[in-house]
Amino acid sequence: MTALSETSETRETGEARAAAADAARDNLTALESEGMHVFREVAGEFDRPVILFSGGKDSTLLLHLAIKAFWPAPVPFPLLHVDTGHNFDEVIEFRDRMVAQHGLRLIVAHVQDWIDDGRLTERPDGTRNPLQTQPLLDTITEHKFDAVFGGGRRDEERARAKERIFSLRNAFGQWEPRRQRPELWNLYNGRHRPGEHVRVFPLSNWTEADVWNYIARERVELPSIYYAHRRKVYRRDGMWLTEGPWGGPRENETVEELTVRYRTVGDGSCTGAVESTAATVEEVIAEVQASRLTERGATRADDRLSEAAMEDRKREGYF
Amino acid sequence: MSSLLRLATAGSVDDGKSTLVGRLLYDTKSVLADQLDAVQRASVDRGLSTPDLSLLVDGLRSEREQGITIDVAYRYFATPRRSFVLADTPGHVQYTRNTVTGASTAQLAVLLVDARKGVVEQTRRHAAVLALLGVPRLVLAVNKVDLIGYDEAEFTVIAKEFAGHAASLGYPEGSVLTIPVSALHGDNVAVRSENTPWYSGPTLLDHLENVPVAPDPHDAPFRFPVQYVIRPRTPEHPDYRGYAGQIAAGTVRPGDEVVVLPQGLHTTVERVDTADGPRDEAGSGSSVTVLLADDLDISRGDLIASAADRPVVTDEFTAALCWLSSTSLRPGARVLVKHGTRTVQAFVDELHSRFDEQALSTVEDPESLELNEIGSVRLRLAEEIPVDDYSHSPRTGAFLVIEPKNGDTLAAGMVGERFAKLGSTA
Ligand SMILES: Nc1nc2c(ncn2[C@@H]2O[C@H](COP(=O)(O)OP(=O)(O)OP(=O)(O)O)[C@@H](O)[C@H]2O)c(=O)[nH]1
Ligand SMILES: [Mg+2]
Repeated sequence: MTALSETSETRETGEARAAAADAARDNLTALESEGMHVFREVAGEFDRPVILFSGGKDSTLLLHLAIKAFWPAPVPFPLLHVDTGHNFDEVIEFRDRMVAQHGLRLIVAHVQDWIDDGRLTERPDGTRNPLQTQPLLDTITEHKFDAVFGGGRRDEERARAKERIFSLRNAFGQWEPRRQRPELWNLYNGRHRPGEHVRVFPLSNWTEADVWNYIARERVELPSIYYAHRRKVYRRDGMWLTEGPWGGPRENETVEELTVRYRTVGDGSCTGAVESTAATVEEVIAEVQASRLTERGATRADDRLSEAAMEDRKREGYF
Repeated sequence: MSSLLRLATAGSVDDGKSTLVGRLLYDTKSVLADQLDAVQRASVDRGLSTPDLSLLVDGLRSEREQGITIDVAYRYFATPRRSFVLADTPGHVQYTRNTVTGASTAQLAVLLVDARKGVVEQTRRHAAVLALLGVPRLVLAVNKVDLIGYDEAEFTVIAKEFAGHAASLGYPEGSVLTIPVSALHGDNVAVRSENTPWYSGPTLLDHLENVPVAPDPHDAPFRFPVQYVIRPRTPEHPDYRGYAGQIAAGTVRPGDEVVVLPQGLHTTVERVDTADGPRDEAGSGSSVTVLLADDLDISRGDLIASAADRPVVTDEFTAALCWLSSTSLRPGARVLVKHGTRTVQAFVDELHSRFDEQALSTVEDPESLELNEIGSVRLRLAEEIPVDDYSHSPRTGAFLVIEPKNGDTLAAGMVGERFAKLGSTA
């Protein structure tokens, strides 16, 4: 009796697991197809698209989809990195290697240039994340980009959950949430007036878990700091920050060496590491599944500023 | 069973849609600790005794200030049985266009009513829009049953009234399930309620996990709008010429006989290509690159279709419009039609009728079509395009109506005598 029911139970869970695995695979394939469709729509309808590329995992995924969408032809757009100067060396090395490997053209807008010539002033807290908006908008205007791909995902934050895949920005680059166009079926309306542009988010419908499962499936290479490594860090605002040119540690902050990894990669002054021993994609997937914190909540000081921090920055023209 | 269910909420303002979505996320443990902390803090600041779960979804500042939803929020969650893409839409009539956005891709809609008010004008409007868009399944969630003392009789009255309405809109029996719920307290959302012993049906979550969703029919005729021509002209691929797109309907295999429209050129599929290598077969929803046996002049906007079962090529058709703009539509209006990957100039030749979604009847020859109204029109296009009836092939029967000057999306369009079917049994 007992033995029998055990067998059937084992089989059932085995089948359930197989079914769940099939389901996950279908889901990733559907997300991939949707992303490729978005890339091709933009290539077909816009004159001067550009892909925002920082070397982080979402923008790396974006590039991976773009390569697949146009294969065997090269990606028909340049890349743009708004460089705060507060970088992780591993990420910049990775960025440049990807650009070379795929024969792409990279435009870098250095926030430092805007500070040097007085168009921007350094903030007292030393964070440069909010300073990216101006160089981004200036570069869009200078190059007359009409479509700007970003790696934003709706699951990142509840204001992002409200944004369309094609997000129209006015002449000041601003998102006007109350004036969003209806987005019906998979028919995207990218019409815009001169001076306006469209931000395009091919990864809108991906979750953090989808991103990692896809990275595992496609064996997408990422900068090494996404995996566990030893690093000297200090505690600030409840986050593990790393030493760097952004001013840290302060006198009362003690440096420790820990095993950490990064869940998101942004400006070094406000991106925290998480304690983790996940050294492979599979281990990261297990960790993400068990995590009780969102990736931004766990690692981004800039999103903790207020209840509407992300919305406010988007309204100003942020990604 | 299909692994993914796309669903949307609908119903009048304040009926509890966002609270219900928050409750689903919370009860399926899809809310992470920092998100919940934020909601708890905000709820305390507002002087509430229990956390307001709608704050999980109402992501815009003005939404939280006014306590209403303005635009669709997309949320993702999964249970061991299924993954869900959930669009929480606004109930306010002013934002119906956002409701249409959320519902256009839904396989099921959860339509809420407030148990104290029952079926109201906005419930009927949303039900009509859902029927028009062809959302195949509905759940009527009779919400706030806590405020009617979990009364069976009142629930039954609402359920009966709505059943009649849904049937008149063409929903067959079995495609609509009515559930008594309290989004605020969680009754019958993910957990069976002890307060409604008279209700023997599934909880909302049970139903969402188990409801069959029709997969795209495998044998539907092949439809492939060409998005982009891939011509690398590189030393490795000097002569490669592929047509990139996402399969809108049906399947494709090498050797299939196809026709390129609107030109009407016949050829066969030589290869179905992807960056991961050629495929033996690809089905609806797949983004692939199709290579053809003959060297033809094909560009973005053309449609590759099954030669045996092809769409109609025409520069004139009847369609239903769901008008989403505050500028009214009058006969003679010049617009753009975006259909598949092609955008053409068009004008509205005739405004046949307006559908009265309250009385479920039609008003013939109206003077205009106003915001949120549903109408039937005759469109004349500047060029011929290949179209299908929306009820047979939604992806090649759907189109946008665009204002040529400012680029605004004016209407959701569906080819065919759509709403001759709606209300036909009324
Ligand atoms: N008593 C009770 N109150 C509820 C229930 N569900 C929602 N509410 C309350 O009803 C009010 C409106 O809830 P929302 O979830 O914002 O309603 P909505 O349908 O999303 O509104 P819109 O999106 O603006 O159309 C809030 O004050 C909720 O707390 C319920 O089951 N019982
Ligand atoms: Mg709401």
